[in-house]
Amino acid sequence: MSVKLTTRQVGDVIVIDAVGRITLGEGASTFRDTIRDLAASGHKKMLLNLGEVSYIDSSGIGEMVSGFTTVANQGGSVKLLNLTKRVKDLLQITKLYTVFEVFEDEAAAVRSFA
Amino acid sequence: MANNEAAEARTVDQVLDSTLDSVDSAEEVVLREAQELGFDEDDLHRIGMSVRECMVNAVVHGNRYNARKKVRLTVSRTADRLTVVIGDEGEGFDIAALPDPLANENLLRHSGRGILLIQAFMDEFQIRAREPKGTEVKMVKYVAKAS
Repeated sequence: MSVKLTTRQVGDVIVIDAVGRITLGEGASTFRDTIRDLAASGHKKMLLNLGEVSYIDSSGIGEMVSGFTTVANQGGSVKLLNLTKRVKDLLQITKLYTVFEVFEDEAAAVRSFA
Repeated sequence: MANNEAAEARTVDQVLDSTLDSVDSAEEVVLREAQELGFDEDDLHRIGMSVRECMVNAVVHGNRYNARKKVRLTVSRTADRLTVVIGDEGEGFDIAALPDPLANENLLRHSGRGILLIQAFMDEFQIRAREPKGTEVKMVKYVAKAS
């Protein structure tokens, strides 16, 4: 199973609910295209909900980082919500916990964009 | 005990095409052997991900999807360890020349984290040049160290 991404608006924050695997191939490219499309349409506050993501490989991590820099370069930010233990471990190993803001509570995450 | 260990010893050897489908099939083959050795879910995830990262390196960066070049996968299991060897027919590379993915100036790079993850997830990681050309990676996970 590749990744399925659905978006919803919470205030002025776009929440991206991801389900499945973000790995090299269809999963990573779907993820990349979604973030780029949202950024191109003017969204600057993105909250990526990874609670239902079972697997991210280094390509998926790369797309997360690229999405982060794309949005940051446009004056926005991408924050992460509901990380599984495995994804948390990946952020620890890669030191990306120093890059991404991570939340376990959606309301708190949305408020943090204010 | 010795007989049991001998009965458990097994080697699977495959020659795979340079495609992303081979990444999936290699992961399946290795995980099947790893499950037989009794690794838990977390270790199976780490092993599977290490195999994926290594196979992607071989298919994408080593063989560059070249249909004439193959990837050699060897999975060996004994009572105490799982050994995976993956070899490509690419131009090879100098691991020492790779940018450090943990250096602050490299944290936002798009790629370059695969080997870091393999080293974090497996108990042993060795890389060497193949003759006449290519790269071979050997990864070991010990059953006794399985958490």
